[in-house]
Amino acid sequence: MEFFKIKRDIPFMRHALILNAISVLTFVLAVFFLFSKGLNFSVEFTGGTVMELRYPHAADQEKIRTTLRGMGYSHPEVASFGTAQDIMLRLPILEGTEAAGTSARVFNAICAADGGAPKQSQVTTDKGEVINHTSCAKATGEELISLQRVEFVGPSVGDELAQNGLNALIMVIVGIMIYLAIRFEWKFAVAAVVANLHDVVIILGFFAFFQWEFSLTVLAATLAVLGYSVNESVVIFDRIREMFRKQRKMTTSEVIDHAITSTISRTIITHGSTLMMVMSMLFFGGYALHYFAIALAIGILFGVYSSVFVAAAVAMWLGVKREDLIKPIKEKDETDGAVV
Amino acid sequence: MNRYPVWKYLMIVIALLLGALYTAPNYFGETPALQVTSGRSTLNITSASTTLVEDALKRVGIPSTGISLEGTGHSTSVRARFAGTEEQFKAKLALERELNKDPANPDYIVTVNLVKNTPAWMEKIGAGPMSLGLDLRGGVHFLLQVDTKAVIDNKVKALQASVRSNLRDKNVRHAGIERVGDTIEVRFRDAATRTAARTVLSAQSNEINFADAADGADQKLVVSLKPDAIKRSIEDGVKQNIVTLSKRINELGTTEPIIQQQGADRIVVQLPGVQDVARAKDIIGRTATLELRMVDQSVTPGTELSAAIPLNSELFTEGRGAPVVLSRDIILTGEYISSATASFDQNQQPAVSLDLNGDGGRRIRQATRDNVGKRMAILLKEKGVYNVLSAPTIQSELGSTFQITNMGTSQDANELALLLRSGALSAPMEFVEERVIGPQLGAENIDRGLHSTIWGFVAIAVFMIIYYHLFGVFSALALAANVLFLLALLSILQITLTLPGIAAIALALGVAIDSNVLVNERIREELRGGAPPQAAIAAGSKHAWDTIVDSNVTTLIVGLALLIFGSGPVRGFAVVHCLGILTSMFSAVVVARGFANLWYGRKKKLTKISIGTVWQPGMSPTKK
Repeated sequence: MEFFKIKRDIPFMRHALILNAISVLTFVLAVFFLFSKGLNFSVEFTGGTVMELRYPHAADQEKIRTTLRGMGYSHPEVASFGTAQDIMLRLPILEGTEAAGTSARVFNAICAADGGAPKQSQVTTDKGEVINHTSCAKATGEELISLQRVEFVGPSVGDELAQNGLNALIMVIVGIMIYLAIRFEWKFAVAAVVANLHDVVIILGFFAFFQWEFSLTVLAATLAVLGYSVNESVVIFDRIREMFRKQRKMTTSEVIDHAITSTISRTIITHGSTLMMVMSMLFFGGYALHYFAIALAIGILFGVYSSVFVAAAVAMWLGVKREDLIKPIKEKDETDGAVV
Repeated sequence: MNRYPVWKYLMIVIALLLGALYTAPNYFGETPALQVTSGRSTLNITSASTTLVEDALKRVGIPSTGISLEGTGHSTSVRARFAGTEEQFKAKLALERELNKDPANPDYIVTVNLVKNTPAWMEKIGAGPMSLGLDLRGGVHFLLQVDTKAVIDNKVKALQASVRSNLRDKNVRHAGIERVGDTIEVRFRDAATRTAARTVLSAQSNEINFADAADGADQKLVVSLKPDAIKRSIEDGVKQNIVTLSKRINELGTTEPIIQQQGADRIVVQLPGVQDVARAKDIIGRTATLELRMVDQSVTPGTELSAAIPLNSELFTEGRGAPVVLSRDIILTGEYISSATASFDQNQQPAVSLDLNGDGGRRIRQATRDNVGKRMAILLKEKGVYNVLSAPTIQSELGSTFQITNMGTSQDANELALLLRSGALSAPMEFVEERVIGPQLGAENIDRGLHSTIWGFVAIAVFMIIYYHLFGVFSALALAANVLFLLALLSILQITLTLPGIAAIALALGVAIDSNVLVNERIREELRGGAPPQAAIAAGSKHAWDTIVDSNVTTLIVGLALLIFGSGPVRGFAVVHCLGILTSMFSAVVVARGFANLWYGRKKKLTKISIGTVWQPGMSPTKK
């Protein structure tokens, strides 16, 4: 099988200007949404409580909301995920109450509203390990709600995480710049980083626009995209360098066109494979990996685009030349020594 | 040109075998077992406890398939394995009955447990199964923040008290001691006194800095703690809290709890299998108290158990110094003890040095002045039960720093110092993070993670084989080898696998295939350019190498950044991500080539290789 039967180099760079304009537009839009809507940060960043409850039947979300309002939450977030039986509550930290005890209070209140009482039961697995199980049960023993997950994060932890995230981003950018500047040339380093930030900002833009939950795992995915997308740019840069060495007569844009054309097959296949993996995570990974997979998927799609049209084009605008990559060999001075 | 020397094949075979060996423990499963841990602070689990458990089981006649001492320090436990859950259940009841004299106040805690079935010889070579993170097996996770302000505050209070008492002891007259922020300001009438005070104080402690200041006619000496000393006391505070926590968590009977320091002033506690947050918090936050009391002299030593107890005294029977009759009056409580360290006395015998803060020094001086030669007892009160830690004889009048001598061995001294410190939490803590993951959810997470990885792998393998034919098979095999290497590394390094970790494995496979695609595409290109097959394989692999290194190094930079700055799920992702990059370089370049070489290398007249369609009227750079 062969996907690409390309006779001539595709003139990618001819359309660079238009495509870059589109790039700038998406970028500006992403920034706009980031500022106007902001990211929907998970409790890991903002502090608060998240609870995951499982009902044996479809849950009455309105009833849960009413209970929560009664506890003083003005806008309790109650949503189902996966199925109507799985409910997720997202609660901010209430002023004046002990934040760390929120989950127990909330669970007891919701349980009481359903006419049950919280129960700790011990289940012995077939291997003999005892597992505690928190649930809400009626007097008859019928289980009404089972507590699947609780997550409470204090407000101070979040600031630190955000700071660490920023540090990681800076280290990534500086590290990549230095490596590329040494291996290639500073113009490529700048181009790669610009292309990368473009991807990252667009992922963030998507998360802001759709108000998807931005969690630590998503942050990890976003930063992983950084690496992944540089990877892409590097493959193309490698080819550009090689072509500059081989073909002395081609213009810069021709070299770039050729480099992209000859790697396009690999680009598509690689990204296709990674995308298959990511889709597999999206379909089989369940809720916990849902946004992680989405962030990666967006990153991969834009990663292809940005390394072809942004990284290469920026390098072109910055004026990469043959001479930048192939250091001229100093010609030996023939007149060394005595001149007569 | 496409032949590996024998050592290279050997290396691949050895790598694969090692990979298989080290991933193997993950398939052995687990056997039912019982874990016996200490139920009180003063009781340590040692090899003697192993014999105790062995004997108890022998008495009741329940066969065990193996008893061993596991863990170190405060998480030491005795584990007994059983053939089935029935024996395990019977043994639990029997052990609880045999080991604990008083069921209300148990010496030992017996919990049901699972022990990995890894054969002993495998464990000897360091092959053990990966441990699963809480998100994969359920349990509670706490992040506790040590209140460093309170630690510093205590330290400054203690400094103020010691400055006051030291100056009084040495008869240096001051005109007032005042606390200003985190410094102590001492006023003097003249500069000469100030110099004298400085000499006295600096002889007492090397943890303090001095600065001179003047306030009108008065001379001031500003005493502050050295930044080192503050840092050290915070570190000590966190360490002591960890020790205290480990002892208390034993009581929950959790198997494999994790109690770790995170950053400078945080402690992570993870309790697999526990879901009851309220009880866990109760136990973690509980306080134990220390008391110092005088021994009642009216009771002849040796007759404590039979003698009549005077009205103002009580009999204590638990602990090292017991039995002993003590006065009901408390001289001092543990709040006054600012530090306790194992040391040596003037005869180079093991001793414990104590530092008291506040007016602890005054209280103890008062109590000991007229009681030289008599005995004083140190008691630890936990869960309402008293334990006599030690009952030393008072050698001389005591001040705010004194030693407990006659400790016997230095191990005893260490233990007592630890108990004196760890009786109570040394620094207040606050819960800043709490996570509970239900066991069911944990199991679901494993399933989902595995399924997404397996299906992703299958999809990629199928595609590679369709697209690149035999070379696709090599790539798929290399990818499988990559999974093997990655899992083996994770097992060897004993990395805790989390859901983001599984996601990283999946992603690593997606990215790993890139190197294979680069090589295969390059070989096709060489063929297209008219190179003979053998040359194409060699040149393709060689050219692709540069690109592979460059692209992987940049990805690795990202991985390392995540590893350094990440925490929680980000870190779990980053570790696997970094390892995945390393294994993928090896498997894609060395292993995949190895397969190709093995298949094609020996064929001298190779006319065609199976790498899918190579579209012949190839493109060539447009030349002007």
